[in-house]
Amino acid sequence: MSAPALLFERGERPGVKNVMGGVMYGRMLADVVPEFWKTAPMERVVTDERLWLTTADSVVTAGHKHLPHSVEPPNAFTVLRVPFDGWFAAQAEAAGALLIPGTTVEDVIREGGRVVGVRTGREEGELRAPLVVIADGANSFLVQKAGLGRPLEPNEMALVVKEIIALPGAAIEDRFTLDPGMGATIEVYGAVTRGMAGYGFIYTNRESLSVGIGALISQFMETRITPWDLLEGFKAHPMVAPLLRGGVVREYLAHAIPEGGLRAMPRLFDDGVLVVGDAAMMVNNLHREGSNMAMAAGRMAGETAIQAKRAGDWSARSLSRYRELLEASFVLQDLRKYQRLPDLVEGRPDLLHLYPELLSEAIHEMLTVDGAGKREKQRRILRRLLARRPWWRLLRDAYEGWRAMR
Amino acid sequence: MKIEEKLYLLRWKHDKRSHIAIKDQRVCLETCGTKWKRPCTTFCPASVYAWDGEKTVVSHDNCVECTSCLLGCPYRNIDWKLPRGGFGIEWQHG
Repeated sequence: MSAPALLFERGERPGVKNVMGGVMYGRMLADVVPEFWKTAPMERVVTDERLWLTTADSVVTAGHKHLPHSVEPPNAFTVLRVPFDGWFAAQAEAAGALLIPGTTVEDVIREGGRVVGVRTGREEGELRAPLVVIADGANSFLVQKAGLGRPLEPNEMALVVKEIIALPGAAIEDRFTLDPGMGATIEVYGAVTRGMAGYGFIYTNRESLSVGIGALISQFMETRITPWDLLEGFKAHPMVAPLLRGGVVREYLAHAIPEGGLRAMPRLFDDGVLVVGDAAMMVNNLHREGSNMAMAAGRMAGETAIQAKRAGDWSARSLSRYRELLEASFVLQDLRKYQRLPDLVEGRPDLLHLYPELLSEAIHEMLTVDGAGKREKQRRILRRLLARRPWWRLLRDAYEGWRAMR
Repeated sequence: MKIEEKLYLLRWKHDKRSHIAIKDQRVCLETCGTKWKRPCTTFCPASVYAWDGEKTVVSHDNCVECTSCLLGCPYRNIDWKLPRGGFGIEWQHG
């Protein structure tokens, strides 16, 4: 038997082991599956993206909404991974890949330093191949088994829990003021994470909402807040609850999200092996991007493999082309841009709570018509601000924030 | 909604063989209890780990395979392996 590519899946079928928020990006998918929008199981095309900064009883909102694009592909759309991955794997099969489900890859086979295949959990389950592409997701076992990366620390991984909450499509469109088939995303920062570094989200699907929240594992360890309590608190927040009213919980899910950024990235290639996606820490958490990076990296891994096959050279030197492609793309450029962010977020989770509160208080003050003049109100806001944070610390926060994001 | 009700919604293909083991119960008893208060009993999103007063009890059938316990055990005392192919959690939506 000869196939150009074998695709191992540890679930009984593709998707049943996979979870994400789930926003998927059109451009990177179209690069892999042209005209995917004609057949892919998309939930809603995202036309409305909102940012919420919450206190215990208020919210400051920002957002951007646009008309549905007439041009394809859509920029972003929501998905549920079980149906989506079933479709996605079928595309790979149609392109000639051989899908092997229900099979866990337990180790790579190394000979003389080179990776020459994989060892699965099946009897006589060794398979040899000139190239192994490691794509086993967050907290990759294979990256460590192949000697490409160190074990991760609890501050380099977030734990996210979410629920699928069923609601009629018309109710979703009314509540979120959406055109039919269009979708909204809300990223929720501030009080909802109860002092931990993390955020919540509400994404619209066709007939359900994906409602989730997460924080660094290190902070769950310290606070002893249980993930399900955190989620229940989020759903009960006075600004969140009305959006969910009458919804029926269909599924409760949990997943790890890589947060270590560039500093926790494993080696991306070696003799006979490449690493892509979550396994390679390719997540830009500030912009909730990850699926796009994984698909782009997957495509670059494929292009590298084609070149290597032509040259008959599967050595690290030949496969280093993969890293060059990533360096020239948004994947490594963005991870490099935000490489200081994990330290800032982990070291100063208070910033994620203090500033939403100060902002909310300031806006509340300006909007409360109580007979005081606006200059007096500005003085009140400044007084309250400086009482919570001296001016030199405000400057330091601003500098550190700018340095982490510039 | 309680965690038991949340887990009740889920579907697994259960394996009699556990994919999770505590490497050394003495670490849970003697070291982790005083220093860390056994965080696995609170951060695990599927309530797999419980303390019965003497040892850490593992309900591997509850596991949703998030891998948090690999990093969240302060002593790396949890031996967690991927379930055998085809076993474990089966998400319906994902």
